[in-house]
Amino acid sequence: MTSPNPPRSRSGLLADGFDIGRLLLEGRAFFALIAIIIVFSILSPYYFSLGNFLTMASHVAIFGILAVGMLLVILNGGIDLSVGSTLGLCGVIAGFLMQGVPLPMFGVALFPPVWVVAVLVCALGAVVGLVNGVLIARFKVPAFVATLGVMYVVRGLALLLTNGLTYNNLAGKADLGNTGFDWLGFNRLAGVPIGVVVMAVIAILGSMMLNRSPFGRWLYASGGNERAAELSGVPVKTVQVTVYMLSGVCAAITGLILSSQLTSAGPTAGNSYELTAIAAVVIGGAALSGGRGNIRGTMLGAFVIGFLSDGLVIIGISSYWQTVFTGAVIVLAVLLNAIQYRRRVKRPDSTGGQPASPQPSGQASPAYPTHEKTAA
Amino acid sequence: MTTASDTGPAAPEVVLAARNIGKIYGSTHALKGVNFDIRRGKVTTLFGENGAGKSTLMKILSGVATPTSGTILLDGAPVTFVSSTDARDRGVSIIHQELSLAPNLSVRDNIFMGRELRTATGGVDFAEEARQAAALMADLEEDMDPLTLVEDLRLGQQQIVEIARALSVNSRILIMDEPTSALSATEVHVLFKVIRDLTSRGVSIVYISHHLEEALQITDHAVVLRDGAITAAADRKDIDLAWIVRNMVGENFDLGSPPSGYEFGKVALTIEDLSVPDASGSDASAVDRLSLSVRAGEIVCIYGLMGAGRTELLETVAGRVAPSGGRVLLEGEDVSRLSIAERIDKGLVLVPEDRQRDGLVQTMSVGSNLSLPSIGDFVRGLLLSPRRERTLVDGSIRDVHIKTAGGEAPIGSLSGGNQQKVVIGKMLTTNPKVILLDEPSRGIDVGAKAEVFRLLAERATRGLAVVFSTSEVAECLSIAHRIIVMSRGKISAEFGADVAKEQIMAASGEAVVA
Repeated sequence: MTSPNPPRSRSGLLADGFDIGRLLLEGRAFFALIAIIIVFSILSPYYFSLGNFLTMASHVAIFGILAVGMLLVILNGGIDLSVGSTLGLCGVIAGFLMQGVPLPMFGVALFPPVWVVAVLVCALGAVVGLVNGVLIARFKVPAFVATLGVMYVVRGLALLLTNGLTYNNLAGKADLGNTGFDWLGFNRLAGVPIGVVVMAVIAILGSMMLNRSPFGRWLYASGGNERAAELSGVPVKTVQVTVYMLSGVCAAITGLILSSQLTSAGPTAGNSYELTAIAAVVIGGAALSGGRGNIRGTMLGAFVIGFLSDGLVIIGISSYWQTVFTGAVIVLAVLLNAIQYRRRVKRPDSTGGQPASPQPSGQASPAYPTHEKTAA
Repeated sequence: MTTASDTGPAAPEVVLAARNIGKIYGSTHALKGVNFDIRRGKVTTLFGENGAGKSTLMKILSGVATPTSGTILLDGAPVTFVSSTDARDRGVSIIHQELSLAPNLSVRDNIFMGRELRTATGGVDFAEEARQAAALMADLEEDMDPLTLVEDLRLGQQQIVEIARALSVNSRILIMDEPTSALSATEVHVLFKVIRDLTSRGVSIVYISHHLEEALQITDHAVVLRDGAITAAADRKDIDLAWIVRNMVGENFDLGSPPSGYEFGKVALTIEDLSVPDASGSDASAVDRLSLSVRAGEIVCIYGLMGAGRTELLETVAGRVAPSGGRVLLEGEDVSRLSIAERIDKGLVLVPEDRQRDGLVQTMSVGSNLSLPSIGDFVRGLLLSPRRERTLVDGSIRDVHIKTAGGEAPIGSLSGGNQQKVVIGKMLTTNPKVILLDEPSRGIDVGAKAEVFRLLAERATRGLAVVFSTSEVAECLSIAHRIIVMSRGKISAEFGADVAKEQIMAASGEAVVA
């Protein structure tokens, strides 16, 4: 039992024999990744090596973790534009805490250990998500607008807090007991960068939550049809608030890893990262209308973006071209999503693919909400 | 009463004819060599169960879909409609059962959408449009300002707008797919008058409806479709309701009778002085100080016209809508302040009226839909137990007789009747004490209807309290022990199972037309 989509596509593949068109369509993110690796390996001798893959993976981790949070929000039918700013604020707060918190009334400064910093920062991310969630679930502000506003507010707070400056000293002091912040960004576990390990853990936890927990089912249901979910007893508001909080926590974790990797915490960090995260989710096959998508696809989407842009850097293509390529990949992904979902809708039953017909929208739509009643 | 109009010229001229039409979707033969004639100035009614191919045939005749084989003859000459616009330009219009209006635009703008009238300078001639729209509304005897936004209209009024739009293009052939599903009895009456008026002017009508009795009133010629083939065709004077049903389902059909041979249990559901404000925000109440109690094992039918407050009543009892006064008690315990989820836990569930909008999650499989309300029961530790979920899903599919390839099948692959069974089945998996069903038979065929009622009757004998609403009198007289008639938010009458149809209809404020 996995999420509602994959088993169906899989059984579809088996039932219809080997359909190369459908195989390419269903597994497009995977094949895109393979193609990217092959092309860049040919173009550059440095690309195809374990060391390079691990380096690229640690870049991917930044977007990958953000994208997991974004996936949850998108499955719910929402969008979270504030994650880039939240990442920045969380990094700055971490930097601030590492400098020590002066307590003037006692004449001392408090130097919290790194794990306390991490917990506080994650809690901060959750609070930002809570604000988003409450605005959206309780006050019915459209997700796009609510998170857009929060994006500006949070970025502004980060800038105010530091007056636009960057914290460069995150190392801590051994005698204060707050060293170790660089662990997240530089250490490796069995050769794998910690950031990548964290991403893998989050992806696995997220996958289990989506596929094997009631919350996951609630999320898919409320994203697919909120009214039906509510009448089935799904606590749709709680689900909605929770996904934004989880997205905020993902942003906070990313903020910690990024500032650790960069050994500095700047208020402008993570600018426009929310868009990359959305792109990863979309390339991974999730529907922005909610209810469809999974972690596996999102991870592939993050790797496609990361491996593509790093590959372009390695073969020395200008960053302007990188932007063009990334954009083209996103557009292509959305196009393919549209084709896939249209196919699915048009199939009258599970017996197999139906040839394309001149009126794509006019007929046969057992999956369109308004259409049914007598599909005679 | 309608046979009078049959005394026209001996052989009515056929304006549009389908010859040997076949349509294949994937591996499904939706139509198998259908011959269908539309006669000038006559109402041809097409009867058939869901999935019989009615809508497919109409889509082909109106240019929305292209046939796989066969020809269409317009005035005796073969034609190919490339699109619905092409068909409309040649005088064939269709009113789809699902409304295709833009809610953010006015009645006027909707009527002239896509073919706006122009002034000499090329702008839109709003004044002329408004005048024509008002004239159409007058014809339809609907007191409606052309500048009203469609979203502010009741569903029935929206349907009138849809009809007005089709009338405004001066079609020679007008196809109406379930035009009355949201209309009140008065509105249906007016619509029929308009249809009579149109036919007398030589317009040909094709009429499709699940309301068999209602359709019989208007029809001149009846055609029955079953499994993609025509099974019978006859003039109005030669047929009756039983003939239609017999040809539709292939056997005599009975919606069942109230289950008997057991005692009702204690009172399961009590509604006390319940009031619900009108959704439009006016002072009127959709439900007005209504009280009702239902005992375990009892089946209560709530009959009423559109707007009588049935949906509002049931949704309020289920917790969807907050009441403005009164209480709801489940086995004596006040549940008025509980959320929908908490009421489901306590054993009070609702099967909503619109299963597409409120009942099903289209992006999920049959199994995931079935297990959704009781998903919390399969948790082992923190995670779901797929095995226990599958057991429940398989059991439920067997229990409510859902015809499906299995729990993994996409929900869209099921027919309307089977989708409805999923919505009912998923609520039954929570082991409710009281089940409320809002129009459970809406949009499903006679066979599925009978099955749904049989299922409810069977559950009632095991102590489930059942409350269902309907707008078809025949359904009241099936399994219900008690029939409540609602009118303007109040109970206007209460009958036992032995009541006559006419009494029910009179109490609802409906003109006795049958």
